[in-house]
Amino acid sequence: MEAIIQQFFNLAIMERALPLILSGLKQTILICVLVIPLGLAGGLACAILSLSRLRIARWAAVAGIDFFRAIPPLVLLIFIYAGLPFAGLRPSPMTAVAIAFFLNTSSYYGEIYRAGIESVGQGQWDAARSTGLRGYQTLAYIVLPQAVRNVLPDLVSNTVEVVKLTSIASVVALPELLYSADMARSVTFNSSPIVLAAAIYLVMLWPIVRLISRLERRVAA
Amino acid sequence: MAMEAWSRFLDTFFNLDVIERYFPAIMKGVVVTIEIAAAVVVTGTLLGLVLAIVRTFRLIPMNALIVVFVDMFRALPPLVLVLLVYFGLPNIGINLPSFAVLWLVLALVLAAFAEEIFWAGILSIPKGQWEAARSTGLGFLGTLAYVVLPQAIRLTVPPLTNRTIAITKNTALGTVIGVGEILNQATTAQSFSGNATPLMMGAIAYMILFIPVVVFGRLLETRFAWRRV
Amino acid sequence: MTTGTPPILEIRGLRKKFHDVEILRGIDLLVLPQELVFVIGPSGAGKSTLLRCCNRLEEPSAGSVQVGGVDITARSTDINAMRRQIGMVFQSFNLYPHMTALRNVTLALVKVLRKPRAEAERLGMAALDRVGLANKARSYPGELSGGQQQRVAIARALALEPKVMLFDEPTSALDPELVGSVLNVMRELKRGGMTMLVVSHEMRFARDAADRVIFMDHGLIVEEGPPQRIFSTPSEARTRAFIAELGR
Ligand SMILES: Nc1ncnc2c1ncn2[C@@H]1O[C@H](COP(=O)(O)OP(=O)(O)OP(=O)(O)O)[C@@H](O)[C@H]1O
Ligand SMILES: [Mg+2]
Repeated sequence: MEAIIQQFFNLAIMERALPLILSGLKQTILICVLVIPLGLAGGLACAILSLSRLRIARWAAVAGIDFFRAIPPLVLLIFIYAGLPFAGLRPSPMTAVAIAFFLNTSSYYGEIYRAGIESVGQGQWDAARSTGLRGYQTLAYIVLPQAVRNVLPDLVSNTVEVVKLTSIASVVALPELLYSADMARSVTFNSSPIVLAAAIYLVMLWPIVRLISRLERRVAA
Repeated sequence: MAMEAWSRFLDTFFNLDVIERYFPAIMKGVVVTIEIAAAVVVTGTLLGLVLAIVRTFRLIPMNALIVVFVDMFRALPPLVLVLLVYFGLPNIGINLPSFAVLWLVLALVLAAFAEEIFWAGILSIPKGQWEAARSTGLGFLGTLAYVVLPQAIRLTVPPLTNRTIAITKNTALGTVIGVGEILNQATTAQSFSGNATPLMMGAIAYMILFIPVVVFGRLLETRFAWRRV
Repeated sequence: MTTGTPPILEIRGLRKKFHDVEILRGIDLLVLPQELVFVIGPSGAGKSTLLRCCNRLEEPSAGSVQVGGVDITARSTDINAMRRQIGMVFQSFNLYPHMTALRNVTLALVKVLRKPRAEAERLGMAALDRVGLANKARSYPGELSGGQQQRVAIARALALEPKVMLFDEPTSALDPELVGSVLNVMRELKRGGMTMLVVSHEMRFARDAADRVIFMDHGLIVEEGPPQRIFSTPSEARTRAFIAELGR
């Protein structure tokens, strides 16, 4: 018991690591602020493309979505970070992270939007078009609002996944929350800094996870 | 000029010599990835199902524990858990091989998500199904086993498949703690060969493994959606 | 109705509270062998609750319910063994959608009565035959009409050879043209000597099949008697108002 507290809940070590960990938290938030809006926008673009009347555009959208859902984000990140230099490009960790996460999260958000748009019946399109609204107006004012409401739990849940995803930026030495905590662990030989980081993730995400459970149950009922 | 650039590109990303040299290593990684993924899927899904069943007994302290477990493992990034277990446990005298750490963590994460999905499925079965079965004399467990779970599990197949795919892809995190899975073999080979080809091989290996399951998950979804109408 | 035969169903001083609101306020009711007792009353009167207390889908707050002389509310009673002797038919059928009609009927035969599969199927087919659906044994509920689904539900209860059957508005979820087929099955059951307690508003059926009609309101039995009298010359004002409302 004593050993467990010493090893995982050592307040003195946590206190020493706190400044480093808070600076990591800032980076984590920065990645989120960058990637979440980009992903939401990219996903919407994918979804709209997948509704296109052109078969080739539809096909490309679905293939893209499936491709980036199939490849583990860490593989994508390392491919971009360690592979691009061979092609003469040298992305900073932040650039590599932004590109990899953008591709990954866009495909997930895209799939969610697509399911949402499909869940809105053809009748809504017909009704709106019959009043003279154009296709994009129908999409923007009639279909998307309903679609987003139908898949809101999935959108929120995927956003939680994006925040969790930021932790793998540590692998390319971007000094975000987990990287900073692991740094502190390796100099103190003590796991308490990681426990502190875990606690920070929990504080940020637990309320949202609870909310998702509620939302999901309401949609199911 | 263009020819030269093209051949340099091929040389860097699709170098035949490198492919030949590191093909066995990547294949070894593929086997390890498949083994861990299979272990995670089986144990994680089963544990999730067991927890969801335990939850139906509605023992309040037990259910509170389950909810806390489920929420924590849904909220924490898997890599945080991997590092915590891998570096933390040895210091309190528990030594697990790195593949076991990866398996344990991912199985628990999958169990948490699966429990939530199964539980939602069980809750979505109308009360009338319970009452009809109980009115014929079936007990609680019989009703659960023959009437409720078969219907609930059917509802959970599409969301569970997608979640399972997402979590199985996290086997790549094993590279951080030295599990010899695909990504680990690829990055090692890349640094030995000074060539990007192994990374390309790794990426292609993942695509060969996962694109079929992603497409399969999509098919399941449309098939089940179609049935519901 | 011979006096002296012991009742199949004997309800004494039955009370049921939901969160301090008393929904059943002291019900006494005897149902004799082979009797068909009809229960009518306004929405919220407690008719469903009364039926559900008879097989402890709801736990009575006070009073007793005896079936074939066994007190089902007693702690020592094996409720699952009793429930199979008390058939129940629901307004919304509640067939198991993932099983064929035959499997719906045989499930309890196999899992509760522990019959071998072959015998269960023979009994199940016989029950389906009694409701006129032997040819639908392999169909899933989703492939059957509402009336057919309700008849399968009746067969499911019937196959267990219950001492008494409870019907909670068995036809009110059905399209009008399908009601007749279900009522015909119930008439057949009556002719075969089944004891039945039926909540329903099918007045014509009550007139020609019921032995007794019970009018309930606000958790109490307001009056009871033979159908002719209750429908043509009820003695209570509340009954009269309710029947006038139904007749419109
Ligand atoms: N599980 C429950 N919890 C709380 N109140 C309940 C519950 N079940 C029934 N009630 C209440 O008990 C009252 C009687 O309900 P019941 O279903 O027995 O009426 P009913 O006579 O069958 O009506 P209807 O003709 O509408 O089916 C209603 O006011 C209802 O709201
Ligand atoms: Mg009712």
